[in-house]
Amino acid sequence: MKIFIDPPNSLILFDLVERFGHEPLGAMAPIQDRIDKIELDMPPMNVTLDDVVKGLKYAGIEVPSGIRGRLALWGPLIDIADAAITMSEPPFNFGCVGCERSNEMVRYLIRRRGIPHLIIGYPEDGDEAKAVVGQIKEFLEGLK
Amino acid sequence: MIKIAQLSCGSEYSSVQSEIEKAAQSVGAKVVYPDVSYADVNDAVKRFGFRPRSPQLQLMIARAVQLADEKYDADAVFITTCFRCAEAALVRNELRRFIQENTRLPVVTYSFTERLKAAQLLTRMEALVTIVTRKDVLARERQTGLTAGIDSGSSTTKALIMENNKIIGKDWTTSGDVVQSATSVLENAMKEAGVELKQIEAIGVTGYGRFTLGRHFNAKLVQEELTVNSKGAVWLADRQRGEATILDIGGMDNKAITVRDGVPDNFTMGGICAGASGRFLEMTSKRLKIEIEDLGRLADKGNWRNAKMNSYCSVFGIQDLVTSLGEGKHFEDVAAAACHSVAEQVYEQQLQEIDVRHPIIQVGGTSLISGLVTAVGEVLGERPIVPPHSQYIGALGGALLSSGFL
Repeated sequence: MKIFIDPPNSLILFDLVERFGHEPLGAMAPIQDRIDKIELDMPPMNVTLDDVVKGLKYAGIEVPSGIRGRLALWGPLIDIADAAITMSEPPFNFGCVGCERSNEMVRYLIRRRGIPHLIIGYPEDGDEAKAVVGQIKEFLEGLK
Repeated sequence: MIKIAQLSCGSEYSSVQSEIEKAAQSVGAKVVYPDVSYADVNDAVKRFGFRPRSPQLQLMIARAVQLADEKYDADAVFITTCFRCAEAALVRNELRRFIQENTRLPVVTYSFTERLKAAQLLTRMEALVTIVTRKDVLARERQTGLTAGIDSGSSTTKALIMENNKIIGKDWTTSGDVVQSATSVLENAMKEAGVELKQIEAIGVTGYGRFTLGRHFNAKLVQEELTVNSKGAVWLADRQRGEATILDIGGMDNKAITVRDGVPDNFTMGGICAGASGRFLEMTSKRLKIEIEDLGRLADKGNWRNAKMNSYCSVFGIQDLVTSLGEGKHFEDVAAAACHSVAEQVYEQQLQEIDVRHPIIQVGGTSLISGLVTAVGEVLGERPIVPPHSQYIGALGGALLSSGFL
């Protein structure tokens, strides 16, 4: 099944989803897709004006451009996801998209889809980390 | 190569990053990003005292602290975030203040939309580079020799001739073809001065048409209007020493520039909306069927409180005006309300982005609209100084600074 990970660029969540036999939907694919299109030149993310306009599907014109640009990347992934995992309040070396308003909107879009959604708190120590991995495993196995 | 440190949030997701870099490159500068480690971010945010929820705004703060602590070398700072983001607007303004309190680096702030193009940033980037690289030119207080300045503005084109620190000729016209308008005003100014083009030792050009005019007249000085206008303003107001704020409500955008000993060190330039520009007053006078020259006098007789007009947009502003007239409001009150609306928006949008220093010198063509000067005075609680020939600041600045190349 396709699992949307939040933060979308979290390598740990990406790896866990893959390990437990599902397909992770993260930031790497849409960004790779844009980087591979060599005619684009909007470094570092190669998000173009067309992308930002496409972001209007997820948030109105009154919403700042950076949020719409981010949602243009993550929104289509949420659209096709069968389930989602959110790590709440992570430090930003765990993975982040930089903008809390975008994070709020991503969580809302997941909720609106009504797909299974695991929300876990960031672990503070080793024991909590083991428990978190256990929760993710249980959630993912339950989806099969 | 001048290094402009970019402190930003959202630019890489808004399709505008390459436009920012293009604008910097076109004025011989390079955009750089102060390096920070993960540990720096937490310490910096703690020290700054404001912890935004968005991590990229936290990163902006950490980068600013690196600059303040001189751990990263840059010549100027460009702070930019998404238009309409409230959290970013708070951080942007406080960071601007923080950089100014802790460094001597010139700063410019900007809120972008996805439609941002390099040309919109050009004047701002050029001004940052000018402040860094042309300190000796900007320090000039007296004009020498026989020089001319041309200001090719969005609404009007002005020319002014100076000889040994005295104005000897000047003229202005509404802007049409850039070269034709400039040639016409220069010829008239030369006629008044009794000089010929071949006698003029140097020409300085500024304003939107500066690059075209620079090539056409083989100008010694081709410089953006932010720094040139501020030099013209302090010369005309005889405030070459000490501090001041120059307020120039232009035809298309507004500029607020702070100066110390005549040298600009910070500025803000409006751009996204024309609701607070001279263009709105032009539209108002057209709707009232009066000349713009008469709008100020009419406004001075009215009371702005009697007509509602406080839109942030020129189109909705005109809608307010039409509604007020439809309700039978007096022309005087409507004119006063239009002036007050512009002054209020300049205060709310521009003057919040700089630390106003006194006195305030109001210049540019709109400073001749007395009702607007009255309104600015009311809003700021201090009547601005309007120097003589205040509409010629750009042309005068061009003549003054170009004499530095003799």
